[in-house]
Amino acid sequence: MTDTSLPQYKPQDFATDQDVRWCPGCGDYAVLSAVRKALPDLDVRKEDYVFVSGIGCAARFPYYMNTYGMHSVHGRAPAFATGIKLANPKLEVWLVSGDGDLLSIGGNHTMHAMRRNIDLNIVLLNNRIYGLTKGQYSPTSEFGKITKSTPMGSVDYPINPSNMAVAAGATFIARCLDVDVKMLTDIMKRAASHRGLAFIEVLQDCNIFNHGAWFHASQKDKRDDHTVALEHGKPIIFGRERDKGIRSFHGRLKIVDLGHGFGEDELLIHDECDRGRAYLLAQMAHPDFPEPLGVLHCCPEKPPYDELVHNQIAQAVEKRGKGDFNQLVRDTNTWLIEEDTESCLSLED
Amino acid sequence: MTTESASDQRPAKETQSPDAVSIRFCGDSGDGMQITGGQFANTTAVFGNDFATFPDFPAEIRAPKGTTFGVSGFQVQFSREEIYTPGDKVNALVAMNPAGFRMNIGDVVSGGLIIVNEDEFDKGNLAKCGYEPGYNPLDDPSILRQFKLLKVPMSRLTRESLVDSGMGAKDIDRCRNMFALGIVYWIFERPMDTTIKWFHDYFGQKKNQPEVARANEEALKAGYYFGETTELITVRYSIAPAKHPAGLYRQISGNGATALGMVAATVLTGKQLTYASYPITPATEIMHRLAHVKHFGVKTFQAEDELAAVCAAIGASFAGDLAATGTSGPGLALKSEAIGLAVMMELPLVVINVQRAGPATGMPTKTEQADLFQALWGRPGESPCIVIAPRSPADCFQIVIEAFRMAIRHMCPVIVLSDAYISNGAEPWLIPDIDNIAPIVCEHATEPNADGEFHPYLRNSETLARPWAIPGTAGLEHRIGGLEKTEDTGDVSYDPENHDRMVRSRAEKIARASDAIPSLEVRGPKDGDVLLLGWGGTYGAITTAADSLREMGHRVSSAHLRHLNPFPKNLGEILGQFRKIIIPEINLGQLRVLIRDRFLIDAAGINQMEGRMFSVEDLIEETLRIMPDSGIPVEHQPQTAGKPR
Repeated sequence: MTDTSLPQYKPQDFATDQDVRWCPGCGDYAVLSAVRKALPDLDVRKEDYVFVSGIGCAARFPYYMNTYGMHSVHGRAPAFATGIKLANPKLEVWLVSGDGDLLSIGGNHTMHAMRRNIDLNIVLLNNRIYGLTKGQYSPTSEFGKITKSTPMGSVDYPINPSNMAVAAGATFIARCLDVDVKMLTDIMKRAASHRGLAFIEVLQDCNIFNHGAWFHASQKDKRDDHTVALEHGKPIIFGRERDKGIRSFHGRLKIVDLGHGFGEDELLIHDECDRGRAYLLAQMAHPDFPEPLGVLHCCPEKPPYDELVHNQIAQAVEKRGKGDFNQLVRDTNTWLIEEDTESCLSLED
Repeated sequence: MTTESASDQRPAKETQSPDAVSIRFCGDSGDGMQITGGQFANTTAVFGNDFATFPDFPAEIRAPKGTTFGVSGFQVQFSREEIYTPGDKVNALVAMNPAGFRMNIGDVVSGGLIIVNEDEFDKGNLAKCGYEPGYNPLDDPSILRQFKLLKVPMSRLTRESLVDSGMGAKDIDRCRNMFALGIVYWIFERPMDTTIKWFHDYFGQKKNQPEVARANEEALKAGYYFGETTELITVRYSIAPAKHPAGLYRQISGNGATALGMVAATVLTGKQLTYASYPITPATEIMHRLAHVKHFGVKTFQAEDELAAVCAAIGASFAGDLAATGTSGPGLALKSEAIGLAVMMELPLVVINVQRAGPATGMPTKTEQADLFQALWGRPGESPCIVIAPRSPADCFQIVIEAFRMAIRHMCPVIVLSDAYISNGAEPWLIPDIDNIAPIVCEHATEPNADGEFHPYLRNSETLARPWAIPGTAGLEHRIGGLEKTEDTGDVSYDPENHDRMVRSRAEKIARASDAIPSLEVRGPKDGDVLLLGWGGTYGAITTAADSLREMGHRVSSAHLRHLNPFPKNLGEILGQFRKIIIPEINLGQLRVLIRDRFLIDAAGINQMEGRMFSVEDLIEETLRIMPDSGIPVEHQPQTAGKPR
């Protein structure tokens, strides 16, 4: 469906006059570029976009998008986005923030936005470090991480964002590399058209405080062996020679070498609708497994919270008629006091 | 079944006609005392008396049976005259068990009527509430001398009256409260029909338990007829309806009025409301009520926590809804940061704080006024908000409409300081006609400025408010957030002089809100020896105390602030007309600090933090002690005003 009156936007229509202030070489630039590229292909008017963020480097994002935007408080962006959708579910709401913002101080709100299936798109820029406060370990930093606040190594076990998304009930879950703008753009378009909460984890480099955190996956010479691009309905194959696959043994995933007694037909076929499988796939991580990329899970059937809220409003109006205040305040025991009499009682209903 | 009283048995059925009576129902928190008191208030309302109620209950839903900390009470004062409080002391006490008796006997006036369920005064229950072994207060000659004691075996009589109801013993026992209410209805000449109708509406229709409705009706009538036939009741009391202004009335609680004020605001603006909240005593009921009026376009969002609640409300405001959040003191603390963001982003937001006794969890079901400083200053940076406070249950309706009006006019958060006392209390309410309430002017920016760009922080020259442009409006796309803004354009700025100007603009904007608020009115002469100045839920007690002091011949007036930031413009002028300003507050003197700071006046305070409202008697006594030329030797006057008594 195409709205014929919709202007044909170009990526630069979504740029503001503000100087982008991320460090040169930061992965955020690629994400900004991908978002600006994805939006012109969507059937949404520019004035109907709202970009929301929390606090952190990534959270400057809304300032660089020529749409409505809100740079909110640390960790609470999902709650602001929820309120925006409650007020006007027609708005196309994007939430862009970092791993510290969405998983540490804001972990609770991220979880609840996911379980409610609010119809919004969350882009989590996961660089596994606190950048704006100059380099402390984050909830996705690996165990033993040495940072300014953990000179002997972090003894925090990290959280797996995509696994959390599966557990919390997100209905669209995808993973992308910051360096793969093509895939990023495609995934963003799919996320935007998804009805319900779409969660995109971007594996992203902070070239100042955590340079190379994802190099095992993002470097050209390593990517093919250390990542797997998931495609719905297709067997899960990876490797430079496409000679490795993922197979399920008694409910556990295993890497197998193709041709050594295993054919493609014995591999796991990726099924985006299978939530349980998505949980297993999301657990695949370097070095034991290739990092899963692409759409891990998509379930478009679950009605989003904001839609359900507005349905209830419509149902209430249908059942009771549009609210009549004078009737509402009188719908209880009342008594009438008349002019110039002692007082006259009547029980009205 | 016997009764003894100090006076000899009088001839049966004498009728007395006092101006006002205060009655308290008390028992275990599972005894249904809130329903019993609520029904008495309903009936009294429909009968046409002026009244005020005070529900007082423990935080424990079902505390161990028979213990003093599980006692739940509901007090109603009703009168043929205008009244402002539920009364200090009670003329009549209904005690369903020894714990209730023990906790409340001290509040009964000498010569007052006490009705007890004597079946519950057994050895075990007496011990549970700490009476010495072998002691039964019902046999104590000093109690019998001081009060009119009516001992009724309510448990047994209720069981006998419901023997054919087909209900189990436990369900039958649940009807004891209605047996007690029947006796009270007979003594105070109340009709039973309002309550009987409620049984059938609530138990019969809503809960689909017609047998429970019938049993309660039977128990109520059995109590009523017991009152009629027993020789034990010698006096009945008749309180004629009050002479209120003409019109249609209903009763309203503070939280109920708060919810209705929000509904009215949707009608007055033509907007939908997002009310985002997290359950917290004593504010939760506002959310419950709003959840039932979705057909007004009211959306209630039960958020995951207090922070999410306020943030969702702010998000909804940005997107063009009326937006409010409700909470109590601990929740307000959690919302602080986000309220600061709303100050910075200059968006309309209404925050209801139903104050309770703190700090920390404090006493969640008990009242206090100690969040004034938090509302004014509990945020990082220079972060001014409008702060207003209702003075009575019904006033919550007007104050909430006022809150939305101010939030939209001045593009800022408005904090409403209600409290546990008025939120749970109820009074008669002259039902307003929505068509007679002035609409709330609410305009959104629709066009860019003259240069073709939109300037989200270009201020209105009169109010200094910025325009409210909502997403979905073409050409006005803009970004807001917590970083300091450039004047006019709203772009992020670290410019030192710009920051100084913006801090001052935000403060000046709130100060200018005083242009649109009504002048403070003085009750009583416009000058004199003492002005009792109050705010919030103490209105009833202070007004009654000041009126009484004037009747005693003292030059005492009262004034009550509904606007705490900014103050009404004439406040300073009024303060200058009195020799002494006395500020009673249920805190350690927070308004007093503001008044002393702003007007350099040596105001005195009357301060009490007992989790309950001032008694009028205490206020009178303490005012007399502090006031100039009181006749009390100086050495007996307190150096600093402290807790009365």
